[in-house]
Amino acid sequence: SAPLSRDLKGIRDQRMIDWSLLIGKNIDANVTCRKASDFQETKEACLNYIQDALLQNQWQRAAEFMISYLETLENTSAEKRIAAPEMIWRIGTEILCHHSKSSIDEFNYFADRMKNLGVKQYLKVCLEHVFHLLCNGLVDDAYQNLSLAEGWRYGEQTTAQDKKLKLIQAYKGLLDYYNWSQKREDNFAESVEQEMHTFFRQAAVNLKEIIKIPGVWDPFVKCYVDLLEFYEDYDEVRQVLSEYAYNSKFPPNPNAHVYFYQFLKRRGESKKTLMSVLKILHEIVPCHELMLEYNAMLQKSKKRKNHRLGLKVIFTVLDFAGWKEHVKAWSCLAKQITQILEKNHLDWVGEEWNSRKDWWPAFHFSRYLAKRNWQENKSLACEKALVAGILLGKEILADDTFLLVTLKPSVQKY
Amino acid sequence: MKDEILCNFWRCYLQKSKQAYCATPVSYASKALPISDGSTDVDSEPERISLYGLSSFSESDGDLLTESSFGYVSSIDKASAKETTSVCSGSVDGSSYLLKRKKGNLRMSMPMTLSFCYMALLWLREPMTLSDLLRFVIDGHIPYLNAFQYFPEEMKLYGVDLKIFRVQSWPVYEDVHKKISELAAFLDLPRFPAITDSCFLHPNILCMKYQMEANLPDELHNWTCRVIKKINVGEIDFLTLDPVNRSARKVKYDVLAAALIVVVLKLLFLLDDRYEWLHASFAGERNQKNKEGCLWFDFKKWYMIIKKTMDVKQKKLDEERARYLWKCEKPLFYSDREKSVVLKKRQMVVDLQRQFGVLSGLVQVAEKQSPSSFQLNWAEENTNGDCFHGHSLEGILQEKGNSLTTMNTAYWLCTVKLCNEKLCGHLTHYKEPDFPQSYQFVLSLFSFLLRVPVSLIHEEVCLIEHKLFKTKLQRK
Repeated sequence: SAPLSRDLKGIRDQRMIDWSLLIGKNIDANVTCRKASDFQETKEACLNYIQDALLQNQWQRAAEFMISYLETLENTSAEKRIAAPEMIWRIGTEILCHHSKSSIDEFNYFADRMKNLGVKQYLKVCLEHVFHLLCNGLVDDAYQNLSLAEGWRYGEQTTAQDKKLKLIQAYKGLLDYYNWSQKREDNFAESVEQEMHTFFRQAAVNLKEIIKIPGVWDPFVKCYVDLLEFYEDYDEVRQVLSEYAYNSKFPPNPNAHVYFYQFLKRRGESKKTLMSVLKILHEIVPCHELMLEYNAMLQKSKKRKNHRLGLKVIFTVLDFAGWKEHVKAWSCLAKQITQILEKNHLDWVGEEWNSRKDWWPAFHFSRYLAKRNWQENKSLACEKALVAGILLGKEILADDTFLLVTLKPSVQKY
Repeated sequence: MKDEILCNFWRCYLQKSKQAYCATPVSYASKALPISDGSTDVDSEPERISLYGLSSFSESDGDLLTESSFGYVSSIDKASAKETTSVCSGSVDGSSYLLKRKKGNLRMSMPMTLSFCYMALLWLREPMTLSDLLRFVIDGHIPYLNAFQYFPEEMKLYGVDLKIFRVQSWPVYEDVHKKISELAAFLDLPRFPAITDSCFLHPNILCMKYQMEANLPDELHNWTCRVIKKINVGEIDFLTLDPVNRSARKVKYDVLAAALIVVVLKLLFLLDDRYEWLHASFAGERNQKNKEGCLWFDFKKWYMIIKKTMDVKQKKLDEERARYLWKCEKPLFYSDREKSVVLKKRQMVVDLQRQFGVLSGLVQVAEKQSPSSFQLNWAEENTNGDCFHGHSLEGILQEKGNSLTTMNTAYWLCTVKLCNEKLCGHLTHYKEPDFPQSYQFVLSLFSFLLRVPVSLIHEEVCLIEHKLFKTKLQRK
């Protein structure tokens, strides 16, 4: 039995070698069990041709290959079949957007077909279709489509696609606002008020909903606020805007603070309130254009700490390149520095200058800038010269970079 | 052909596979299959209709038809009346095609139908090669892709039937060819009608055809004939299909002819990326000086013209492949549940195809070009000198005694050793970088004409070389 088992082993070993050789050769020869069918391969190739055509703006050629590629919707591979609608939609949209023979009717026809290609696709396609219509100025058609889509419900998908649905509703709200504002301009008919109110209600509901979701909704917020202010619901506006600006769940958005500030200003709120809003804006966006207004308010205030803060604000504003040639800013700074020096708060200036003395000279007071400012904008040059004179002080005498160029004529003037 | 040859082959097949025309046909109802069987007719296949004319053939077929086979057909009808609820295929035996194939049992498939067709063509010695047949199939001249749409209404395909009838890939030459010999053996067919040297399929004639198509000089023919004679591939016994002799190598007539031309080109021009070009410049110069009279064959000029043509044709073929429409008006669906979804999708696809069809500016395609045996035509009357048929091989030959021999005395073998076919399925394995560009080019030309992989032609070339240089190889 020992030799027999040895023989058997030998046979088995040989079979192993044969088998591994076979496998090895198969791999080498690139023959696998799951070779893609010719159908799949030709559809891959077709897609490549379409992509090439799209990249080269050959819309007619892309359309030619699209005829064949459409068959991928009937692909036997479930994986490919599920991915197909999105591909078809995106490619088709590209072609229809650019093809010379395409029209808005063609686009609409295609979009309607795409909406029916699958539950997961419906809302997405609706939304993009609406954008396309709006871009082409077809507001009424967009409105109709949004109304249709707004009422879409599909079992579990309704909750799964909740966000998209809210977006659709939000845009409908936006268009309701648009209709409302159109009506507002039309003063003739009696029924206008009634119609306006209908649009208002529809818009308000949807806009309010979308603003609740953390996000950046500037155009929606502005429209909503406009509506509410028209109907004098100021409490609601206050609520909405402060939420929008101060709710930490929302992404940081300087505009939110601006809207709130502007509203409070319209309502004639106290300077104290206004300043507190702008303070936060100053912290987020120190270079914001409202900083001058803020600075002015701080200066007018009786509190010393506000004056101190004002100085900080104006200095900070000029840290930014966008403000380099802002005459008003420089004049504010000049005025404030002189006032502060008169009041003997040298340390304030010192504190602000301390962190800037290393780079402001090169940034603002270089010889090149001096020359250019003098040539282009004399008032700017003068204001800057004043500030430079004070800040750079002793150093000027040693190094005549800036001052000698500008101070001479400006000092003469003064 | 259909009535006399194909039908008889088919009946023979049914008999051998015990599905009909036998004493105890396989009954699918009694078999313990994991899934319950369906209803309707016996095996769905294109030639089905002829079975209804049973009685008229009973005399000639003798004992093939018996009362019991009639009874078999009617018992199925009875069975269909009380079929089970969970139907998984429109055909009776669809599910049996899922089971592991029993050894020696040849199952039908779409490629097999082509094997049947070709076998019949071969029996009649028709002037059509297998590569021609497959090319016609792919070009849509022969129903294959969606053949089921021509079935009669009563034949409903669903469930497992789809695996058989839904074609997702084109037929592969080697596949179909292998099945022919298996089929012939399975059917216990006698030796096929002899392929003599007046037959189209004989290498003498096929080589001539491919030579013309490849725009090579007619003089090449002498050389192919000489090689054919030397390695005995022109013998009737070698060429004729004899199912009894199972060990005999099954000839691929078209591939053989193409490979012979390649070997002759190697003999004459060496194709080592040097010799042929040197000779070409020599011939070119000579042609410049002697504009009258016979032109010498200039390999370089030939290469330029063929390459240009090939590039255009290959590009066109690639695009056609990408544009290929696989689906037909009548869709297939797996079960009744799927039906509405599938139909809706089909309608959607048709609508969108219409929309993009307008945008593509494609005018309705006129009647398809009728199938032609020749894909490339080189007219001799053409004055721009594109045709090389009449060119002479003078420059490449020299006189030696009474006969002509090549000036080139060298030859390189494609491979020194052949593989074991049983182990890896092939005798040779082709890797492009191992071979000279000229050789690759020539292979690719014939690969295009025959629509077969380059490796197939290469294998045949190796085989021919091994026969041609057998003695030299044996000495090693």
